[in-house]
Parts: sequence; structure tokens; C-alpha cells
Amino acid sequence: MADIFEILTTLGFWAATLRIVSPLIFGTLGELLCERAGVLNLGIEGIMTIGAMAGWMWVFQGGDLWTAVLFAAFVGGIFGLLHASFTVYLGVSQHVTGIGITLLAVALSSYIFRMMLPEVTTPPKIVPFQIYEVPLLHEIPFVGPVLFSQTPLTYLALLLVPVVWYLLYRTPMGLAIRMAGENPVAVEAQGIDVLMVRTAAVVAGSAMMAIGGAFLTLSAFDAFYFGMINGRGWICIALVIFASWRPGKALIAALLFAGLDALQVRAQQVGGAVIPYQFFLALPYLLTIAAMVVMSRRTAYPKALLKPFRRGDRI
Amino acid sequence: MIRLEPRERVPIWLAGIAPIVAIIVTLVLCSALILWAGEPVFQSYLLLVEGALGSKFAISETLSRATPLIFTGLAAAVAFRAKFWNIGAEGQFYFGALAVTWIGTGLFSLPPVLMIPILFLAGAVAGGALLYVPVVLKTRLNVDEVVTTLLLNFVVILLVSYLIEGPWKDPMSLGWPQAAPIIEQGELPKLLERTRLHLGFVVAIVAAIAVWFLMKLTVWGYEIRAVGFNAEGASFAGISINSTVIRTALISGGLAGMAGVSEVAGLKGYLTLDLSPGFGYAGIAVAMLAQLHPLGVIASAIFLSAIFIGADSMSRSSDVSSYIADVVTAVSLLLVLLSVMLVRFRVRWS
Repeated sequence: MADIFEILTTLGFWAATLRIVSPLIFGTLGELLCERAGVLNLGIEGIMTIGAMAGWMWVFQGGDLWTAVLFAAFVGGIFGLLHASFTVYLGVSQHVTGIGITLLAVALSSYIFRMMLPEVTTPPKIVPFQIYEVPLLHEIPFVGPVLFSQTPLTYLALLLVPVVWYLLYRTPMGLAIRMAGENPVAVEAQGIDVLMVRTAAVVAGSAMMAIGGAFLTLSAFDAFYFGMINGRGWICIALVIFASWRPGKALIAALLFAGLDALQVRAQQVGGAVIPYQFFLALPYLLTIAAMVVMSRRTAYPKALLKPFRRGDRI
Repeated sequence: MIRLEPRERVPIWLAGIAPIVAIIVTLVLCSALILWAGEPVFQSYLLLVEGALGSKFAISETLSRATPLIFTGLAAAVAFRAKFWNIGAEGQFYFGALAVTWIGTGLFSLPPVLMIPILFLAGAVAGGALLYVPVVLKTRLNVDEVVTTLLLNFVVILLVSYLIEGPWKDPMSLGWPQAAPIIEQGELPKLLERTRLHLGFVVAIVAAIAVWFLMKLTVWGYEIRAVGFNAEGASFAGISINSTVIRTALISGGLAGMAGVSEVAGLKGYLTLDLSPGFGYAGIAVAMLAQLHPLGVIASAIFLSAIFIGADSMSRSSDVSSYIADVVTAVSLLLVLLSVMLVRFRVRWS
């Protein structure tokens, strides 16, 4: 136990937590945006995968890092558009469409990667984003090296939280998005196109997810591996529920999860001799399920989540 | 803008050809990937068909690959009928494989006539037991089953990894992380000599017929369909939604668990971490392709397995990567979804 507390006081632990949380923030906010508009996006795992692949491939082909982020977002947006045309315009099952999008995006990532690099056995590397120390601020003791010595994409992730909050709660667009997820008939009555609002939310949300995936290949690591998303997308879906569909709480939920993940890696080194490492790896998943059980009484789903809207519908 | 109008009558021919059209469109779309690889489309598909069905051995390979897909396809078909979203067939598959490894590697030994049914039963119980947790959380506490079943997949795979690297590791495996082989009495007999096609295929077909019988001709099946069609209405008619969903989940998990049994005791002989290349997830595509019809699952499982076996053999003699099979699976899933929609609704442009 004392060892655990010792880990919590190290700089490395907190810096790692912020690194781990970044893709989760992108993914969770993206999923949150979709669900707030009434669309469950189970394509997230695949969209993160293809975002990771697309961003990496862009740089590998000679592009620079920031356009790679844009490219990943663009590719994610395309898959979001595909999702929305099925679930929003045609009203097809959101569960099955989402799984289909995930299968498609993962399969395409593998196929494209294999076709572009047919011969390689070890994944080739790129030069990823470097740590950017924010002038002055990074000299603050403890907080500086943790919060202000990260890669640019981590800052972007942290900035995205207030941006999404502002969009959802302080703009007419955000009101329309939230209403589309609660009471689409009321949105229609205001003369706003529900289908358009939902599509925009899904496309923007999917673009965010893809950037989350690209964080892994452009910032956290420097290569693309098959299966590198490894369930992060599904975790994001759980985090959205855990956060009661609120951006601020989503940040806290993601930080808790990331802290736990950073802790389990370090605890492995302490307790690894006695407890098998697989237990530590399974811990985040098990605790996520446990957290959902604890939170279950308080979950208030957006009322129109999973419900397709057709023009002229009445309640 | 587009409008969707429900069709008053759906002509039977339309419902019948819709999935076939979807598959043809899938193959046309995926030919872009073949062109990108710089290979001729028609010859490549010909190579694929030949690789999957061109010889007795190829056919036996296709059917043996279809075996686990029939089980996981049925698992998804049953659950989705009740609108219970079991995305955890992958985990249940491995849980079944764990059960058969535990019992089948020397816990006890009986003649095959008894041993093989016990193994299948054990796998089904294990798969059902694993899904019991999410379904009870769903019915009691309204915890979303999509997330719990998905996350349990990762937990189960880590459990398998621990067992085959640790306590269950076969000392004779030269260091490879794998469990001890299934004893001879538990091995599923081969159906054809010098092929890998085994008894599991027959069990899968029987399971499909049994599920069809259950869904179509029994009260349980009626209740499952009723709950999926209109839960409120079913409840009003005196059907207990919770117990129906739990029952559905146990059947669904059990079927996925049997896939694990069939792969360990029939094909591979022992448990490894790469036992399933995503059979659980592919099962969803199988079920949707069959439009959740249990007997249709047999056909769609054989179709998708033919694509996989064919693509493997095609990739050996051309520049097309075998991952094209995964793309075909995903595209066909989405297009069948679309085609079902277009059968039920008429699209009006206005």
C-alpha cells in the first residue's frame, strides 16, 4: 500500500496520466457529442483505428504532423458521414451500423497498411510530435513538468473540453444538438433540421475520435500496429455513461481511468512478482464495469438516444 | 430531400433477392481494392472462388472455417431477435474454450460417446454463465449490455493469456504459451479423411436447426420474438421481459461457448491465444447477412468462410492482401442492413 502512495507522488506518474488521458479525451468527447444528438456511435473503435493509421501514413508519405492530424480528422469525418447516412437518414439500427463501421474501418486500415507496405515485418517509424514546454509555465514546480511539458496534442485535448462545453451549453447550435437528443420533435417545431443537426454532431464527433486515434501514432508512439487501439474506443463509450453525458465530468472520468492505467503499469513493477501482470491489465476493464454498476441508478440517458427521427413524426 | 415511406406490401421476390443484390454490390465495391493492387478483378475473384470451392480439400477447409461462424452467428441471431445486444461472443467463445480445456485435458476420461456431449455442454454452460453477468446487470440495474459484453471480451482474453502462460501451460509445448492437448476421447472425429473437417460442423448444423425450431415453433421462441418486436406490448400480453431476456442471453452465450469447444476439440486440439481471429465479431455479420434467420445463418457462415479461405489462397498467388476478406465481411454487413431497409421502405425524393 505504501508503495502505491509513493507512486502517486512521482512526477512520472502524473505526466504519464496526462499522456494516457489524451486519446481518451478526444474519443470520449467525440462519442459524447454523437450521443447528445441522439446517436450511439459504436464505430468509435474502428474510427480511432483508421485515424491512427491515416495520420501515421500521412507523415510516413512525407506530410507534416499538423496536416496529418487534419487528415485523420477528415477520414474520421467521412466514416461519421457514412454512420449518419445509415442511422440518421435511413434510421437503421445504430448498434449494428456501429459494429459494421468498426469492422469496416479496422479492415480497411489493415488492408491499406498492408498494401502500402507489403514487405515490412517491423512497423516503420516516423518522427512524432515532440514535447513542447510552455514558456514560463513549465518552470512552476511539480505542476510545470506535469501539465506544461506535454506534446501539443495533449494541450489540444485539454482545450477541447471547455470548447465542447461552450458549444453544447452556450451556443444555439449546442442547444439544438442537446434537444435533438432529448426531444427531436421540439427541434423540428423550431424549424431546425433535426437530421442535419444529428449528422453534423456525428461527423464532428467522429473526427474527434479519429484525432484520438492519431494521437497514438503521432504523439504517444511513432509507429502503427494492428490492434493498437485495443479497446480504448469501448472504454470511451463507458466513460461517456460514467460522465452522465457532461464534458466536464467526462474529463474527470477519463483522468480517473488514465490514472488507474498509469498506476497499474507501475504497480506491476512493484507487485509483479506475486500477482500476474494480466490481472493488472484486466483491472481497468473490470473497474470500468464496476463503475457502471455503481453509477447505474443515476444514469439518465438522452431521451431520444437510439431513436431514429422521421420528418413528420409525432410523439 | 429524401423521405422514407413504409411499403404496404413487401413482394416476396424483393425480400428474397435483396441480400443477394447486397452481396453482388459488395463484390463490385471491393473490386476497387483489387484494382488498386494492380490485379485483374475477374481473374482475382475466380482465384478466390477456386481457392474456396475448387477442390474437395478446399471445400472441406471452407466448411471447417464456417463451423465456428455458424455458432457465433446463431449466438448473435438469437440475442438480436430479442434486441439484446450481445457483442461479447468473442469472450464467450474463449470461455467455452477454457471450459473444454479444463475438463478435456484429463480432469476425467469417458468413452467419446459420453465425453464429447459433456464437452459441448460444458462449453455452453461456460458461455452462458459469462453472459449471465451482463444480462443480470441489464435486467436488474439497467447497465448497458453493449459496453459490459465488449469489455468482458478483453478480460476473458487476459484470463486465457494468464492461464496458458501460467498454471495451464503445457510443459511439452517447448515454451509456446498453449494449454495441454485435449485427450483422445474428447477429440471430435474427422468427417473426411485427410481433411480438417470435423464433427463440430454437424453439431453446428444441428444447433442451427434446433434454434430454428425453438424460435419458430415453441412458446419460448415466440416470447423472444415478441420482446424484440415490441417489449411494451409483450409485457402487456403477460410475457415477463426480464426472464425472456435472461433466457435469450443464456442460449446466445451457450451457442458462442460451443464455438470455442468445437475449435479446441475439433480443429486445433489445444487452447492458444490466437484460437479466434475475431469469430465473435464476424458472427454479427453472419447473423445480419442471414437477416437473423437461424437456417440462413448456415448459408451466410459458409459464404463468409468461403471469402476468407478464398482470399487466403488468392493472396498467395497475387498482390491482393488477404485482409480483403475482412473488408468484404464489413461491407456486406452494412449493405445487407441497407437492403433490408430498402425492402421495408420506399425511398421518395422530393
